[in-house]
Amino acid sequence: MSERTKIDARGAFCPGPLMELIAALKLVEIGDEIEVLSTDKGSAKDIPEWVAKVRHEMVSSNEENGVWSIVVRKAK
Amino acid sequence: MAKKVLIVGGGLAGTIVANGLCRQLREEISSGSVAITMIGATDKHMYQPGLLYVPFGKMREADLFRDQRKVLDRRVPYIVDPAKNIDVEKNVVTTESGKTFSYDYLVIATGSRIRPDNIPGMTEGGHWFYDLEGARKMRDALAAFEGGKIVVNVNAPHKCPVAPLEITFMLREYLRDKGVLDKSEITYTYPVGRLHALEPVAHWTVPEFEKYGIKSETFFNTKEVDPKAKTITSEEGVTLPYDLLVTIPPHSGQQVITDSDLGAGGWVPTVKNTLLKEGSDNVFIVGDTTNIPISKAGSTAHFEADTIVDNLSSLLKEERWARDYDGKVFCFVETGMSTGTYVWFNYTTPPNPGPPSQMIHWFKLAYNRLYWLSARGLL
Repeated sequence: MSERTKIDARGAFCPGPLMELIAALKLVEIGDEIEVLSTDKGSAKDIPEWVAKVRHEMVSSNEENGVWSIVVRKAK
Repeated sequence: MAKKVLIVGGGLAGTIVANGLCRQLREEISSGSVAITMIGATDKHMYQPGLLYVPFGKMREADLFRDQRKVLDRRVPYIVDPAKNIDVEKNVVTTESGKTFSYDYLVIATGSRIRPDNIPGMTEGGHWFYDLEGARKMRDALAAFEGGKIVVNVNAPHKCPVAPLEITFMLREYLRDKGVLDKSEITYTYPVGRLHALEPVAHWTVPEFEKYGIKSETFFNTKEVDPKAKTITSEEGVTLPYDLLVTIPPHSGQQVITDSDLGAGGWVPTVKNTLLKEGSDNVFIVGDTTNIPISKAGSTAHFEADTIVDNLSSLLKEERWARDYDGKVFCFVETGMSTGTYVWFNYTTPPNPGPPSQMIHWFKLAYNRLYWLSARGLL
């Protein structure tokens, strides 16, 4: 059964939400999901862009009160 | 009966905690109501940021090391016997030799380590400066380098987030001074879509790279290195040829953390304001060991350690919490062999680096010496 890990990267300036996601993906199994919470609006663009480049899967991307919740599934 | 504080890890973070507690709990230690013990892996304390200078012959190896027992307050017994298991349910740490240490409060400061072995071909094909052996090999490779393609390759996660930029600028000046810059090409690769994780630093870097003719490849996460063909390939599908590969390998936490089931990758889930292990009220995590989404840097370790000293001494004296950690990070950034800048930020204040100057470079050189006062808790 796949698992979901949450990264609370709100207010994280360095290394930032995408770098945290990249590092976290190395620690989970194929099929597992990672939810990244980010207050950096750039995350809504750069995370899907990177996910598409390396062919993982975007599950969802939602914004509420300035916090983006982005869920990615490890595909390979 | 004495309250026992056990510190696992003899690097900067653990040492500042130990020395700071000794200062704040002088009377309690003298009277025997508090006892502090440290367990570490080696009797030498290394100034890790100094490794940056070793490949260029700008820092003597002897200046990197001090005897850990001399850096540590004499009231703290220091045991060189690495932790093998940390049982946070039973409040017991077992060492590799089989000794057991119980505690009332535990501080885990085991740090991080480079893992070139996690990427196929990187150990054989790459050079790095993140440990002494690697820095020596890189020094020899640079001495033999007569021009060609250099790839400076950055992997996630890694500590000291500005070091990759520093090594790139210093490398360019080294090649210039050696007279082989016109026969060389430097390409810098970075995991995300800009040149540095910190947006202002990334913006500042773009014209600097243009000025110096340094090429770059962003969204580059290393998949493999082919040491025979001398190529490096990314998960994103880009292959770069190299004559010299300078890599910042991906890092992990220590084996004892994963073996003790304290956190994936060796990073312990930590509450970002209290620095307590998630779900615990007597286990503090400090420095690189935390999983907090924040820079793994010496200054982070330092500011976190100061917070833990205040809270732990307050808890032991008055059973009260003193203050939260605000996420403060401060980094010097060497922008060449003779100029530097700095950047600081916390959980709520974004970074805003100033223009490089010779003065800040000299401050950093001074800090290379002042570090030892910092580790002793005097700075």
